[in-house]
Amino acid sequence: MKLKHKDLLGLAHLAPEEIDFMLHTAVPFKKLFTRSIKKVPPLRGKTVAMLFYEPSTRTRTSFELAAARLSADVLSLAVSSSSVQKGETLMDTARNLEAMKIDFIVLRHSVSGAPELLARGVRAHVVNAGDGNHEHPTQGLLDLFTIREKKKKIQGLQVAIIGDILHSRVARSNIWGLTKLGARVRLCGPATLIPAEMKTAFGNNVDVTYNMKDALDGADVAYVLRLQLERQQENLFPSLREYHDFYGLDAKKLSWAKKDCLVMHPGPMNRGVEIDSSVADGPQSVILDQVTNGIAVRMAVLYLLAGSSEGAPPRAARNITGSESSSGRTG
Amino acid sequence: MTKSTAPWARPQKSSETAPRNKPLLIRKGHVIDPRNHVDAVRDVLIQGRHIERVARDIKAPPNAEILDAAHLIVTPGLIDIHVHLREPGQEEKETIATGTAAAAMGGFAAVACMPNTVPPLDNVSQIQFVTMKAESEGYVRVYPVGAISKGQLGKELTEFGAMVRAGCVAISDDGVPVANAKMFRRALEYARTFGLTVIDHCEEPDLAAGGVMNEGRLAAVLGLKGIPRQAEYIMVARDIALCELTGGALHLAHMSTKESVALIRQAKKRGLPVTAETAPHYFTLTEEAVADYNTLAKMNPPLRTAEDRAAVLEGLSDGTIDVIASDHAPHTAAQKSREFDFAPFGIIGLETTLPLVLTELVQKKVLSLSNAIKALTDSPARALNLPGGHLAPGAPADVTLIDLKAKHTAGTFASKSQNSPFIGRTFQGRAAATLVDGDVVMSEGRLLRKPPLMNG
Repeated sequence: MKLKHKDLLGLAHLAPEEIDFMLHTAVPFKKLFTRSIKKVPPLRGKTVAMLFYEPSTRTRTSFELAAARLSADVLSLAVSSSSVQKGETLMDTARNLEAMKIDFIVLRHSVSGAPELLARGVRAHVVNAGDGNHEHPTQGLLDLFTIREKKKKIQGLQVAIIGDILHSRVARSNIWGLTKLGARVRLCGPATLIPAEMKTAFGNNVDVTYNMKDALDGADVAYVLRLQLERQQENLFPSLREYHDFYGLDAKKLSWAKKDCLVMHPGPMNRGVEIDSSVADGPQSVILDQVTNGIAVRMAVLYLLAGSSEGAPPRAARNITGSESSSGRTG
Repeated sequence: MTKSTAPWARPQKSSETAPRNKPLLIRKGHVIDPRNHVDAVRDVLIQGRHIERVARDIKAPPNAEILDAAHLIVTPGLIDIHVHLREPGQEEKETIATGTAAAAMGGFAAVACMPNTVPPLDNVSQIQFVTMKAESEGYVRVYPVGAISKGQLGKELTEFGAMVRAGCVAISDDGVPVANAKMFRRALEYARTFGLTVIDHCEEPDLAAGGVMNEGRLAAVLGLKGIPRQAEYIMVARDIALCELTGGALHLAHMSTKESVALIRQAKKRGLPVTAETAPHYFTLTEEAVADYNTLAKMNPPLRTAEDRAAVLEGLSDGTIDVIASDHAPHTAAQKSREFDFAPFGIIGLETTLPLVLTELVQKKVLSLSNAIKALTDSPARALNLPGGHLAPGAPADVTLIDLKAKHTAGTFASKSQNSPFIGRTFQGRAAATLVDGDVVMSEGRLLRKPPLMNG
């Protein structure tokens, strides 16, 4: 089997078999990690550019390690978040990278859809490392990998995703991935953080509840999202205390779930806000397994994309280039 | 008909020097003049800058120029009352010259241009700048719309009276609508003094803030911030209430939701002086057009759902929505090829409005040809009290000739910007010629510069 896609932009457009294939491919890569020499040669001579318009430690390090363990050369571009709007345009930056014959661009961007824009304009493989509130497909894959590793299946599981669904690309990728592989997803958080349409927007296997007891009752996985603390200023919830009181995962709330319910978090954690240390560090936590698996999954993604449609021409760029000028709210 | 044989396709040079006082007889066209209830084959005689008469088999006066319009539709010059010409200040997007060229190509003999230029059209000298520039460089008539508030800041009223004297035909804070209800009330009241219509872009700014597409399922999936439909119809309801309070004439721009249509229908039943407009994209497209983050379908108000589109069609068909206007909003390719959140709102429309009306409304039997023409001539003229929009004797000699059969595909545009989601779409029907003041300014896709107006 080969991947049909030049890029990995999201899990929404992948078939269940394709997701399965990626997870399957990650298994042997993970086995490498127990060896003393963790490097294999498949991407020797290839260059992977890390183009991060948002600060990130975990995802970036994970991708860098994944690329390095596949013997690719890694180029890290630190683009300050202030230059997203003011500096060189995304497409100009990408064209410059392409002129340097880069093979992969791993993009982290604050605007939903930025990887699609990039993928339309360049020949290089584009891997979405998180775009706005849209998707974070490799996070979704590594979460699926972790759940399957521990539970031996995805089909039929009850997964509670707790927190700021509205602003979460992790939630969206997980919802797509989990429902495509046959799990049932329960979204839980204050109503201000769950768009009313979420229940229907992702098919029939999603439920929405504002009550943690309902969300966790009989759950196989409790997936806690990171709470962006600045959301409080937008009046999406009144205080961290109230948030923690109702939605912070602690031992008591976790006891409502199945005894072997996994505790997951994409990191970095706000201990004492969305998750208590007692569960984050407890026996049900697989949070550090997620980190390890992230590298294996990202190796699989880079490896499979390299073998997909190498040298394929970019999908026609819809927009034409031109000189840059400010874009006001006009018209 | 082919380009080379079009009988009125005078070479540009001779048109520039052609005597203006030669009578012009448009023969054997199917004349549709909704205001005067004409819908039949007629001849149209033009003397100087005015319509002389419309009748069967008019005998050509000596030295008259003849336009053979057999098999063509002859209508009053189309009027687009919602256009952004971007001059002054954003000439990289459009100028009065290029914007009016696009208008002429699209069959429009007149456009009303919105005041959100840089700086905005909020005083006499800005209005004068536009009218003078339009007279010297424009292909079609330009009616400036003045700002409601100084700097479009929603705080202090502009000098409506002085702007009217300078040629302003209506007022609006389009693009940056007046949030304060008391301020909008004052605008409606004070506008009555001068018989001005207030045009509102209905958008509750706090609800809409930061939004880039219609709020709903698709926005939830795409992770884009939504603009709820309520942001529009809350303001429609507010404006209608204030219209009732003040009796001031209100025109609601680019309506996009089914609730707005229902509110307007109700207001009209109560006899309020309300008119409403929609744009071709709202009756043609839905939010699905942005599903792949296509910035060419990013506009404000955003494209809505199939249900809204159906309600807009129904509003057009029962006359709740009076006017079709393009909301022509040019932006450069560089600006539109940015990330979705950073790309500006708006699409061009002057050259696709008539083809979309003919293809999506007339051929699909939403509107009769006569009612479709009415929404592009009589109704916009009435909404803003403009002189044209009909062909009675003495009316301005603005005429549009329409070829209903011509099949064509949208490719490149005369507009300086090319930001259209309709590129590649095939249409049936388009303007064959545009006449302004008795001069042919466009014929078979070719622009003919009109001579500068002598006395304004």
